[in-house]
Amino acid sequence: MAKGDARLFNRASQVVLVRDGDRTVLTMANDYRGDPKEFAVVVPVPTFLEREQIHVGERTVVEHLDAYSAPRLVEYFDPDPCMRVAMEMKVAAQDAAKPASAASRRERSLGVTVEARYTVGEYDILILSARESAGLETWLRENGYRIPDGASRVLGGYLKQKMRFFVAKVNLEEQARLGFSYLRPIQVAYESPKFMLPIRLGMANADGPQELFVYALTRRGRVETTNYRTVRLPADQDVPAYVKEDFGNFYKALFAEQVRRERMQTVFLEYAWDMGWCDPCAADPLSREELKTLGVFWLDEAPEAGRGGSNVFVTRLHVRYDEAHFPEDLVFQETADRQNFQGRYIIRHPFTGTIACGVGERYREEVRQRQEQEARNLATLTGWPLDPIRVKLKLPPPGGEKKWWERIWGGR
Amino acid sequence: MSEAPARRRLDPRLYQIGALAGLLAWGLLARRLDVTPGRAALLLAAALGAQYAATRIWRLPSFEPKSALISGLSLCLLLRTNSDAVAFGAAASAISSKFLLRWKGKHLFNPTNFGIVAAMLATGRVWVSPAQWGNAAFFGFLLACAGILVVHRAARSDVTFAFLAVYLGLLFARSTWLGEPAAIPLHRLQNGALLLFAFFMISDPRTTPDSRGGRILFGSLVAVGAAWIQFRLFRTNGLLWSLALFSLAVPLIDRILPGRRYAWAGNTTGPMPAKGVFDETLDPPRLLPGLLRSQPAGPPVLRVLRGEGGRPTL
Repeated sequence: MAKGDARLFNRASQVVLVRDGDRTVLTMANDYRGDPKEFAVVVPVPTFLEREQIHVGERTVVEHLDAYSAPRLVEYFDPDPCMRVAMEMKVAAQDAAKPASAASRRERSLGVTVEARYTVGEYDILILSARESAGLETWLRENGYRIPDGASRVLGGYLKQKMRFFVAKVNLEEQARLGFSYLRPIQVAYESPKFMLPIRLGMANADGPQELFVYALTRRGRVETTNYRTVRLPADQDVPAYVKEDFGNFYKALFAEQVRRERMQTVFLEYAWDMGWCDPCAADPLSREELKTLGVFWLDEAPEAGRGGSNVFVTRLHVRYDEAHFPEDLVFQETADRQNFQGRYIIRHPFTGTIACGVGERYREEVRQRQEQEARNLATLTGWPLDPIRVKLKLPPPGGEKKWWERIWGGR
Repeated sequence: MSEAPARRRLDPRLYQIGALAGLLAWGLLARRLDVTPGRAALLLAAALGAQYAATRIWRLPSFEPKSALISGLSLCLLLRTNSDAVAFGAAASAISSKFLLRWKGKHLFNPTNFGIVAAMLATGRVWVSPAQWGNAAFFGFLLACAGILVVHRAARSDVTFAFLAVYLGLLFARSTWLGEPAAIPLHRLQNGALLLFAFFMISDPRTTPDSRGGRILFGSLVAVGAAWIQFRLFRTNGLLWSLALFSLAVPLIDRILPGRRYAWAGNTTGPMPAKGVFDETLDPPRLLPGLLRSQPAGPPVLRVLRGEGGRPTL
C-alpha cells in the first residue's frame, strides 16, 4: 500500500475553523522545523482575547483530520471475467504546513498598546492594539519581528476595523520544561460575526504562491468562500494502476494542474462529509475527544431534528494563492449543503489468472480500452503528457490500433 | 396573439428570458454550478405551475408564462438547496407572493427575491453561493446583463444606475478609508451575483417605486442596506436581504413621491399591448371577488390595460 509524503506541499499552512453561530475556534497548525527562536506568528483577530480564550492544542489531532479528509485512492481487482466479485483497498495522501518567523523585546511606544501578555504552553503571546499602522510596524520591527515592507498598509486596514493583533513567539524555557521538540498548534476561541481568514498579511512577504488548507467543522453543512469561487476537485475517475506507487506525486500534480486550469482564481473543495462516517475511510473519523480538543463546543447537543448523521460536518478546502489572484481575505459562509464529496480516485487491476471460458479475447480488449481511458484521465487530471503514460502502460501507440476493416475479417 | 401594432417594442422580458437561459446554460456547462438539469426543470415547472394555478384561482384573462419563467430561471441561477421539496416550495411561494402580498394593486416583492428570502427564513435549508460565477468571464457576463438596458431603452434603468452608483461608491470609499489597494473593491465588483441583482432583480419595474425620484431613492437605500449588512453586520447575501427589506418601504416611497404605474410590453405612454398581453396587476375587486367589492376600482390605466387594446386614458 502506498502513502503520500507528509510534506507534499511546501509553505503550506493548516487551519481548523470550528464555527457555529458567531462563535469561532481557530486552530493554527504548522510544521515549522527551523530554530524555535526564529518562530513568530502575527495574526489579526476580530476581538480582544482573554487568557482562557487561548489554548495550545495537539498536533496529532490536526494530522488526523488531514489524513481523514485527504484525497484517496481506491483499488479494485477485476475478478475472473467468468465470475465477478470485487475487493477494495485504499491509500491516503497527506499534506503539511509552515508559517512566518521572527523574535521580540520592549514594551510600548509609537501608540502601540500591549493589551495583554500571556504565556500559554510553550508560547509567549501578546494581544496588541495600535492607533496607527506605521507605529505598529515600527514596534514589530524594533521587537525583532520581520515585517515585510509595505505591511503597514495591510496592518492599517485591520486596525481601522478595530481588529487586534495576536502575536506569538516561542518561550524557549517553557518549551524545554514541557519537553516538546516541535511546535504545537495555537488555538484561539472568539465570538464575532466575521467568518473569515486573514491572508493578506502573509502574502506581503511571500516570494511565490502559498498553500493553505482549511478544515471547517460546522453543525449544519458544507463551508464555502463567498468572495472566491469554490469548486470541487475533479474526482471519481479511473486512473492507471501505477498511480498507487506515487499517489502523493499524483495528488500534487493534479492540484497544480487544476489550479492552472482555473487560473489560480478558485478555492478547491477536497472533502465534505458528515464526521460520523466515511466510505472509503482514508483514516478513521475523529473521536469525540479529538473533536473537543479542536473546539467543537456543541457536541453534547442533539443533532437537528429530522436530519440523520452526526452534528459535525467537515469541509476541507485547499487553496493556492498569491496577491495578484487573491487580493482580499477569505470570507466564508456555512451552507445547508450536506451532500458528501470526496477526492476519490480509482484503480482497477485486470484479472491476471487464466481465463478458462470463451470471453478471454473480449475481456482483454475491454481492459485495453479501459487502460486507454485511464491514461487519458491521468493526462487530463495532472497535465502530464499522454505519450509517456501510454508507454508506461505498454499501450499500443494510437496509430497501432486495428483498422476497422481489419476487425471485420480478423485481419492481422 | 393577434398582430402586434407596428414597431412595437420588444418585450424586455423576452430579452431577460434569453439572457437568463443563456447564463444558466453556461453555468451548467462551463461553471459547474450546483444545480442539476433535473433541479432546474423542477424549479421551472413549479414556477409555471404556480402561475397557472394563480391564473385559474384569480380568473385572469389568460395564462402569462413570461414573468414566471423569469422567476424560475433566476431561482435556478441563485437558489441552492439539497431538498426538492424546499426548491418546489420556494418557487411556488415566489410566484404566489405576486398575488398574495400586494399593496394598492402592486405586488410588494420581486418574486425571486421573496422566494429565496422566505425559504431562507422558513427552512434554513437554502443557501446562495454569491461567488459561484468567479470573475473569469466577468465582461461577457456584464455584456449579457447590460443588454437589458438597451431593451428597456433606459425606461427603468434609473434604479439600476442609482443602486450601482451608490454601491460602488460605498465599496471604493470603504477601501480608500481602510487603505486597501484598488484590487480589492474591483474584485468585489467582478461578481456575477451582483450583476444579476443589479440588472435583473432590483430593476424589476413591477416592484420598484413609480416615480423616477422614488426609484433613485429606492436603489440608493438598497445599496446602503446591502453594504451595511455586508460590511457592518458581516453577513452574507446583503443584497437579497436589503432588497426584501426596502421593498416593504416602496408603498411609502410611492406615497411621498407618486408617479405613473409601469406595465410590461412597452412604456405606459407608448402603443398598447396586443390582445392577450395583459397586466397582472388587477384592481382589488378583480383580485378577490366579492370580498373587496366595496373598494374603489384601481387606477384608470390599469383597467384600460386589461382591455383589448386602445390607448390609455390618462
